[in-house]
Amino acid sequence: MNWITNYVRPTINSLFSRREVPENLWKKCSECGTMLFHRELAENLNVCTSCGHHMAITPRARFQALFDNGVFKEVAVPEPIADPLNFRDQKKYTERLKAAQRSTAEKEAMLVAEGEIGKTPIVAAAQDFTFMGGSMGMYVGNAIIAAAQRAVELKRPLVLFSAAGGARMQEGILSLMQMPRTTVAVEMLKEAGLPYIVVLTHPTTGGVTASYAMLGDIQIAEPNALICFAGPRVIEQTIREKLPEGFQRAEYLLDHGMLDRVTPRTEMRDELIQILRMLLGMEPALKGDLPAPGTPDNAKDGETAPSGA
Amino acid sequence: MTNYLEFEKPLAEIEGKAEELRAMARANEEMDVEKEAAALDKKAADLLKSLYADLTPWRKCQVARHPDRPHCKDYIDALFTEYTPLAGDRNFADDHAVMGGIARLDGKPVMVIGHEKGNDTKSRIERNFGMARPEGYRKAIRLMELADKFGLPIVTLVDTPGAYPGKGAEERGQSEAIARSTEKCLQVRVPLVSVIIGEGGSGGAVAFATANRVAMLEHSIYSVISPEGCASILWKDAEKMREAAEALRLTAQNLRELGVCDRIIEEPLGGAHRDKDTAIKSVGKAISGMLADLSKKTGDDLRSDRRQKYLGLGSKGLAA
Repeated sequence: MNWITNYVRPTINSLFSRREVPENLWKKCSECGTMLFHRELAENLNVCTSCGHHMAITPRARFQALFDNGVFKEVAVPEPIADPLNFRDQKKYTERLKAAQRSTAEKEAMLVAEGEIGKTPIVAAAQDFTFMGGSMGMYVGNAIIAAAQRAVELKRPLVLFSAAGGARMQEGILSLMQMPRTTVAVEMLKEAGLPYIVVLTHPTTGGVTASYAMLGDIQIAEPNALICFAGPRVIEQTIREKLPEGFQRAEYLLDHGMLDRVTPRTEMRDELIQILRMLLGMEPALKGDLPAPGTPDNAKDGETAPSGA
Repeated sequence: MTNYLEFEKPLAEIEGKAEELRAMARANEEMDVEKEAAALDKKAADLLKSLYADLTPWRKCQVARHPDRPHCKDYIDALFTEYTPLAGDRNFADDHAVMGGIARLDGKPVMVIGHEKGNDTKSRIERNFGMARPEGYRKAIRLMELADKFGLPIVTLVDTPGAYPGKGAEERGQSEAIARSTEKCLQVRVPLVSVIIGEGGSGGAVAFATANRVAMLEHSIYSVISPEGCASILWKDAEKMREAAEALRLTAQNLRELGVCDRIIEEPLGGAHRDKDTAIKSVGKAISGMLADLSKKTGDDLRSDRRQKYLGLGSKGLAA
């Protein structure tokens, strides 16, 4: 025994133990403050079990819950040229990209996959807000084009989950050009007569909202998602007045006729299956058959009547 | 009375002195100042040339936003005949930030649509400084549909700080209106040419400038975000707009290199506002040239060329 074991070790230990419990096992709901056990939260698709607040979910976790048995195949996205403008603000763009790749363990801000939901073959794309704010640059544009092309090739609908702060400034005009590029992708689906369903998640703003995220055949949003072109802060600065409660939130947009539906994440899968099968002229999904064991909403499936009309 | 930009201050001084000398001479018959005044003129001309020889991106932004720069209305009045404005989105309102209608260019009917910023306090307010609301984009969509139906080529003149960030604009679906306008640009089976005459501000510009050919005036800009906005987000300091303007590569020259701009229209020395007639004529020539290039193409080709062009964008970056 010496001072190192007596003093330093307990201090170090306490530091680590203090950090481990709240950060890894428990998560505080940012809305109601309830401490949520991580496993329970994940099983509920990162929706607070106490107040229903929708927290961010990674594209991978979303796909695992969305596709039958959590099985999906990633669709390859053509790699764009890196850092086309040699952009540098306080940091180099390439450094920001690497940092985002390290922290998310993903290559970029969008994941594209093909698979089945309720035995309905689809292509899905999901944007990752944790990756540089989900911002739309060349890669995201390529991902949406790849998703549309794959959907056309397989004659499947495309379901797209949007989440973005807008265009990726570090790619300058080329990020802006993703607005027409992704719109071309949407046109491909339209001309092939394939359903294109957009699920808008928190937040979907800027150039993303003003292109592919607002061009769906059907527009569904997650509850309380911020959906806008110009953000509330910019508007308050422009018009110099306080904005009403709930302004630019999903329910507000629904009231103003900008969305078809607002649907909780936990009911989204069933709803997508139901809508897609009708649009595709397929028989209703067999409830007892679905979904296979292991998927989070397994327990309540079969007893819950399909939502919506 | 010339409005001088900040970086033109030294020029203002010299031109002011020359003017002062001449005014004195006019008041006093015996004075002969022409020699000195001419020397000052020469000095001013040299300075103007050197100032504009290599404008920094931020200075280009200032020139692009110059209050005396010819605006959409100036181009329409000078270049087109029989201009017949068409108004309204058939839904909610007529947006005065967007003007458009049928007109003749070189005798041939076309549809012309553009953002108008206004040129004095009254008209600027009426035009909302060229910031369109959803109604503006929906009017444009309607006019593009009309042009498509009757086979009229479409000319768009882009000059906007961006779409208007307001409460009503958001409630009435600003993003959807912009998205549909871009979509309409990609759908039409008639030639669609666009000229960025001043500021090409973000989504508000894309909604009109998704064209078969995009030309830019030499000192115009086209960007995903304003340099001030970019500076306040990435530098956390709106005063870093010079750095942001540099980093964004928003000049016509950069965009030509990136393939976003197809053609640069030369401006008179000192910018379009110093010689409006010449600038307007150059734009007219460019529009006629671009439309002539496209006149032989079929509707399907025009549409698929446009799409291919945008799908292919971004395959080349800037040289390091």
